[in-house]
Amino acid sequence: MKILIIEDEPQMLENMRQTLEREQYMVETAEDYKTASTKIGVYDYDCILLDITLPDGNGLELLKQLKQQGKDDGVIIVSAKDSLDDRIKGLNLGADDYLPKPFHMAELHARVKAIVRRRSFDGNKLIEIGNVTINPESRSVHINEKEVTFNRKEYDVLLYMISNKTRLVTKTALAEHVWGDHIDQADSFDFIYSQIKNVRKKLTDATATIEIEAVYGVGYKLQVV
Amino acid sequence: MKLLNHSTKYFALLLIVLISIWAVIFYFAMLDEVYDSLDDGLENQKELIIRAVKDDPDLLHDTEFGVNNYTIKKTEIGSHKKQKDSYRDTLMYMQNEDEYEPIRILESIFEQDGNHYKIKLITSMVEEDDQIENLFIYLVGLYLVLILSIVILNNLVMKKVWKPFYTLIDRLKGFRIEKDDPIQQEPTDIVEFKLLNESVERLTEKSRDSYIAQKEFIENAAHELQTPLAIAINKLELLLEKNELSGVQTQEIGAVLDNLTRLTRLNKSLLLLSKIDNKQYLEEACIDVNALVDTITADFSDFAEHRDIHLKVSSNASVSCVMNKDLAIIMISNLIKNAILHGETGKTVYIYIEEGIVTIKNYGTNSALNSDSLFKRFKKSSTDSRSTGLGLAISKAIADKYHLQLQYSFDDQHVFTLIFP
Repeated sequence: MKILIIEDEPQMLENMRQTLEREQYMVETAEDYKTASTKIGVYDYDCILLDITLPDGNGLELLKQLKQQGKDDGVIIVSAKDSLDDRIKGLNLGADDYLPKPFHMAELHARVKAIVRRRSFDGNKLIEIGNVTINPESRSVHINEKEVTFNRKEYDVLLYMISNKTRLVTKTALAEHVWGDHIDQADSFDFIYSQIKNVRKKLTDATATIEIEAVYGVGYKLQVV
Repeated sequence: MKLLNHSTKYFALLLIVLISIWAVIFYFAMLDEVYDSLDDGLENQKELIIRAVKDDPDLLHDTEFGVNNYTIKKTEIGSHKKQKDSYRDTLMYMQNEDEYEPIRILESIFEQDGNHYKIKLITSMVEEDDQIENLFIYLVGLYLVLILSIVILNNLVMKKVWKPFYTLIDRLKGFRIEKDDPIQQEPTDIVEFKLLNESVERLTEKSRDSYIAQKEFIENAAHELQTPLAIAINKLELLLEKNELSGVQTQEIGAVLDNLTRLTRLNKSLLLLSKIDNKQYLEEACIDVNALVDTITADFSDFAEHRDIHLKVSSNASVSCVMNKDLAIIMISNLIKNAILHGETGKTVYIYIEEGIVTIKNYGTNSALNSDSLFKRFKKSSTDSRSTGLGLAISKAIADKYHLQLQYSFDDQHVFTLIFP
């Protein structure tokens, strides 16, 4: 899996590089428009993380370049400018997703994985972890070959935790992903516990080989046992 | 009081004073002239009588005022050292008027054949009270005519003259700083109004410029904060990911992350507000409010359950509104979130949907909140550190943008009412 990060802010770039490398991706970076344009022209990537405000050009032009060259690299626009205009423009130009800064690392992983999964042409679009198999298209979960029903939130929690397996996912990141941005300001994100509890129970009941453990009250981690 | 009436009032007062002073001066001047004229007449008559007496000494025996208006009495020279004429005012009974009337009297001494005689001549006088009364009536008449002409002048001429001023006032009344609608000048020849127009134009332009600059500043500042926030949050998350920290360290970092998230939220809210102000949400669609409320309550059900609050929606009508979907979601979810957040645990938050009205009721602190400051930015009713103090301000800004009414009232419960046009 090859990922290109186009980002002019070095620390931001470094953060993304580190976290993605832990997932065994091959990560390449470009800090300006020129480098990015060259790399896009020469190599193919599974996923490109694109900051559209670059010092020497507009990232949206890179999208046009990709289109002209007939490439279908997955593109996630990463922008500090959460403007509707840019979002629509970017998506119209062929970007797959739009991720406004600041974002949680867990969110980045979930988005990147979703892109990579959508673009995997080897027919295997299923997610397998331990004895759990998930079909993202039909949103169905099989544990030990048997289908287990998860409601919308439970499914979202499970998929998010799987996308971030063995990583500590903070309660905030999980709540914002599953319950949406508008849940913010809730006095604490402890309310997500009841859904976690349901997911855990279903996993245990079906003797899944994955489990979600709480980490010091800060968040949760999915482990393969 | 209108400016025109105001100046008329002062004119009226000033005229009373001026006319009164003028009346006194005029009265005495006129009286002086009358005395002068009477005295001249008396003196002339005296000369005529003295001449007549020389021709006809019998006249020396007219010692009483009878048909004549003079008397002559013999007198000793010693008792009258001066032979000067003296004029006096006195009263005399008048047959025709049947009362005492003022008269002018001239006393003089003349010599005839070595004897001295005292002659008294009288003539009827101006009646002062009548004179004053007449003068008063005429002056009141003059005063009224003057005031009337000032009022007419004001209403006809001044109104025309002041027209640019009133036009400017009208325009200022309709001036909204957030709208790009500069005040147009009304052409005028009057220097003062020209100056006023120019000053107002400069002032409004300046205010608008600084308003825009301030808005841009907030937006730019919020934008610029995004990247450092993102870096800080992500660095801490990376640290947590590495699984190398002790429990206490993890919790400490978790706390820092919470605060950074709060900061992010605040920043996003500020951005959102400036975007609403900047009219950056243009895309509109017909929003099914009932469906939206259902979705939002479903999203918040876990949160409500966690706070041991029941959410009850009762729809008696279907409400829809043309607005931006994201903004509609934010507006309603802020209100519902607010009701859950401040609602009393164990109680129910009611959401009623009626014809054109959505009402959200929650139990909470048992007193009304200050409805003036409730919708203002950064006005927190609670000491809850997680509240940004912007939620209701955002809802209000969105409601205002789409001309919806968002009201607060208190009757045992806190009631937020959203009225759709």
